Amino acid sequence: MKFGIIVFPGSNCDRDVAYVTRDILNQPTRMVWHGDTDLSDIDVVVIPGGFSYGDYLRCGAIAQFSPVINSVLEHSNQGKPILGICNGFQILTELGLLPGALIRNRDLHFICDRVPLTVERTDTIWTQNYDQKETIVLPIAHGEGRYYADDDTLAHLEDSGQVVFRYAGNNPNGSLNEIAGICNENGNILGMMPHPERASDRLLGSEDGASVFTGLLAVAAS
Amino acid sequence: MSTVSASPFSPEEIAAEGIKPDEYEEIVKRLGRHPNKAELGMFGVMWSEHCCYKNSRPLLKQFPTTGKRILVGPGENAGVVDFGDGLQLAFKIESHNHPSAIEPFQGAATGVGGILRDIFTMGARPIAVLNSLRFGSLDDEKTRRIFAGVVEGIAHYGNCFGVPTVGGEVYFDRAYSGNPLVNAMAIGLMETKEIVKSGASGIGNPVLYVGSTTGRDGMGGASFASAELSEESADDRPAVQVGDPYLEKCLVEACLEAFQTGFVVAAQDMGAAGITCSTAEMAAKGGVGIDLDLDKIPVRETGMVPYEYLLSESQERMLFVIEKGKEAQLIEIFKRWNLQAVVAGTVIEEAIVRIRFQGSIAAEIPALALAENTPIYDREILPEPPDYARTAWKWTEDELPGCSQNGIEIAGKHCSWNDILLQLLDTPTIASKKWVYRQYDHQVQNNTLVVPGDGDAAVVRLRPTEKSAFKVANANKGVAATVDCNSRYVYLDPFEGAKAVVAEAARNLSCVGAEPVAVTDNLNFGSPEKAIGYWQLASACKGLALACKEFETPVTGGNVSLYNETIDDKGNPTPIYPTPVVGMVGIVEDVNSVCDRAWKQAGDTIYLLGQPTDPDTAEVTLGASEYLVAIHNTIAGKPPRINFELERNVQAVCREGIRRGWVRSAHDSSEGGLAIAIAECCISSNRGAQIQLPETLSRLDTVLFAEGGARIVVSVAAENITAWESYLQEHLSKNWQKLGTVGETNASLQIEMANHGGLIDLSVDRLQDTYDSAIERRISMS
Repeated sequence: MKFGIIVFPGSNCDRDVAYVTRDILNQPTRMVWHGDTDLSDIDVVVIPGGFSYGDYLRCGAIAQFSPVINSVLEHSNQGKPILGICNGFQILTELGLLPGALIRNRDLHFICDRVPLTVERTDTIWTQNYDQKETIVLPIAHGEGRYYADDDTLAHLEDSGQVVFRYAGNNPNGSLNEIAGICNENGNILGMMPHPERASDRLLGSEDGASVFTGLLAVAAS
Repeated sequence: MSTVSASPFSPEEIAAEGIKPDEYEEIVKRLGRHPNKAELGMFGVMWSEHCCYKNSRPLLKQFPTTGKRILVGPGENAGVVDFGDGLQLAFKIESHNHPSAIEPFQGAATGVGGILRDIFTMGARPIAVLNSLRFGSLDDEKTRRIFAGVVEGIAHYGNCFGVPTVGGEVYFDRAYSGNPLVNAMAIGLMETKEIVKSGASGIGNPVLYVGSTTGRDGMGGASFASAELSEESADDRPAVQVGDPYLEKCLVEACLEAFQTGFVVAAQDMGAAGITCSTAEMAAKGGVGIDLDLDKIPVRETGMVPYEYLLSESQERMLFVIEKGKEAQLIEIFKRWNLQAVVAGTVIEEAIVRIRFQGSIAAEIPALALAENTPIYDREILPEPPDYARTAWKWTEDELPGCSQNGIEIAGKHCSWNDILLQLLDTPTIASKKWVYRQYDHQVQNNTLVVPGDGDAAVVRLRPTEKSAFKVANANKGVAATVDCNSRYVYLDPFEGAKAVVAEAARNLSCVGAEPVAVTDNLNFGSPEKAIGYWQLASACKGLALACKEFETPVTGGNVSLYNETIDDKGNPTPIYPTPVVGMVGIVEDVNSVCDRAWKQAGDTIYLLGQPTDPDTAEVTLGASEYLVAIHNTIAGKPPRINFELERNVQAVCREGIRRGWVRSAHDSSEGGLAIAIAECCISSNRGAQIQLPETLSRLDTVLFAEGGARIVVSVAAENITAWESYLQEHLSKNWQKLGTVGETNASLQIEMANHGGLIDLSVDRLQDTYDSAIERRISMS
């Protein structure tokens, strides 16, 4: 399964994701420069964390005008997997591939911590290696991670079971409905504020995030 | 001097550039004529303490700077040490005190930006940042604003750049009320085969300007940083630079890519004094000259004059000397990252810095006069310690009220030892710094092994990126890093205090299992022109030098920040505590065996390494302690004396214990002494502890809260106790002691003493609440 990791100027978790997919999971991995437009060789697109284009104007707002984005949209139209982590999640909402928005954290500070999450769905390609309602602990690191959507959108998200991860215990950033990660209706696009790639190496103390990636590999193998 | 006409500048104009009358005469001597306005400005910044160390150079000479792991010592943008297996680390510390006092957010942010550039200018990719911060009291509204702004500025720059901020220290003391200290240390892993240095070479080689544009921001920041702060300093706000971490993230990628081509001959970050400093230093180091045309420099505003170009401290800029003929290839790399890159000059044979502007020569100065042949002040050191120190040294424990098992009476109020312990845990200097480090991304890059708050030092795995020229088969090595300084010790006894700073840094590294390797230091002091200020600086440098020799940790560079004094409304200068911050790096041979401070399992045995609880009173004392200040409002006594041999032995034993898997947790005793160290192990692990102390002749507060003694608290599993104790007996003789056992989760901390009964009994919940909320509670007062 070939991973393509989009590199915008200002992306800074691109190598962290590649470390997991290429070095730990031994999957072919290509860094895709934001000026590239050919994603035909890629199975899974990952939009990594960071501060694309400095996050000027609004987080993820400028990235949507990058040349590579049309190819990402095409990838999405084909129903292929797209994972947006942190800034990647923000970009996916700016693109309209996922509903809602990520706004400034409730206490106005950047938060770096490790927080418990509940896995709400295990029937997605991303989460099938987790147990239903399993509690996992993943790192978060964001200043604008508070999930927001209007009432109708939120109700629709809940009704159609698009909430994949929810903060368990204290809500760190004030996200509505404790939302930490959502997918689209089709289930091929996942956006999440926590960093699964930072919890995929035993040596660093936690492998709670690895299942997001190994789940995908299991899909490909079956 | 008779051939030279009268000065074209008034004494005020000369003083405004930070130049003293004698220095002006020296300038005229070096040039053989009067300088013009631009040249005067260039001398002003280059001859500032920040750039030329005119006061501190004679003292810095005594530092050990060589050793088997030292690849690059002082003098370059950063020091470089060899960690074996092709792993080379660049590291350096730098201050941004004065800018942070005036504009906390940008001052601190650009401090981080500057130190990161120092690292990647060498060809190293930044892998970790630490910082050492000092503020006034959090009871003061202005201090809270500065504190919050500094933390946010550091977070902003580091988080966006994508480097983990993995550790540091934060102190609160009224001595820093108007003059906070913001020292940032960065560590990078070399990515290029050759270390990139700053000496220009190759006559005719092009000089390439890269990065951001030049504007009027940060004009003359270096000379600003070398003057005392006053009410008017707030009007110096244009001297504070504005940083753009996004641009710097692009710059690091472009620079490392450019260095990999092998066509960059030399590189110099444009930090203090921007174009002036980079051209002068590159020329002087290379023994050549540089001819630079200001009309080629990309600008962000119009109508700038040479003086402004030359003194601008616009951020995220660098100067390269590159091989002739490779201009297009290198410029292309920077264009790809949307950065400026223009050929702005040439390396010339004549050792001068020649600056052109609009077709004529705007400045022409011998490079050595700017960067090497600079003033030096050998000052007289006070023959006797000053009065304030001698008075403080007269203090003895006998001045404290009597105490018993039940506690101590302070100003008519009875305090139990529980009360005292909680009050110390609530002291911002001791309390959890979670409010601070939670704002720093400390995990980006996926290599952080010990996160802030968990261990006595940060530990980061050394894993070269795919771009590195070095391939490492097994990324099993790590770097441990710490920044330390107990400045009250240094204030009360600069020589002994400075030794203690180095000893604590080495001890902190040993507590995570790392072998100390090298030091970068940041000397934050008051005015050297005052007798006491210079005595403090000179005595502390002597202590640092001695201790760095004793621990075999050479100094590879650093930063000097003098004139840290605020002038109050009545015009009285108030110096800060002398604060020689030591940043130390250590090698972790196997990242699978690192240690943090949390107890691991109920029933494990707790040991004290170092001076036992009935100690040598010069080495373990309440003098200069946090207890004395926080509880008795007394700043007095002599700080604990360092016993180098004991320190080295204890640290070696701790490291070996960790390596063999015996020691499961380790934490040194520092501010707050033994009781606080034990409480912190409980807090980190959410586990209790039962401590049984032998009867003692010492005062009970000395037993609980005295500092010093090379002490480390460790815990060991039952199955290893026999081996461990025989190892201790062999290597530490009497300098270890069994303290008690680790308790269950959510249990309590109980400290008892033979024939006295219980001294302390507090639930871990209570300890945690107090420790965790101390800073946040004060911040939310505003």
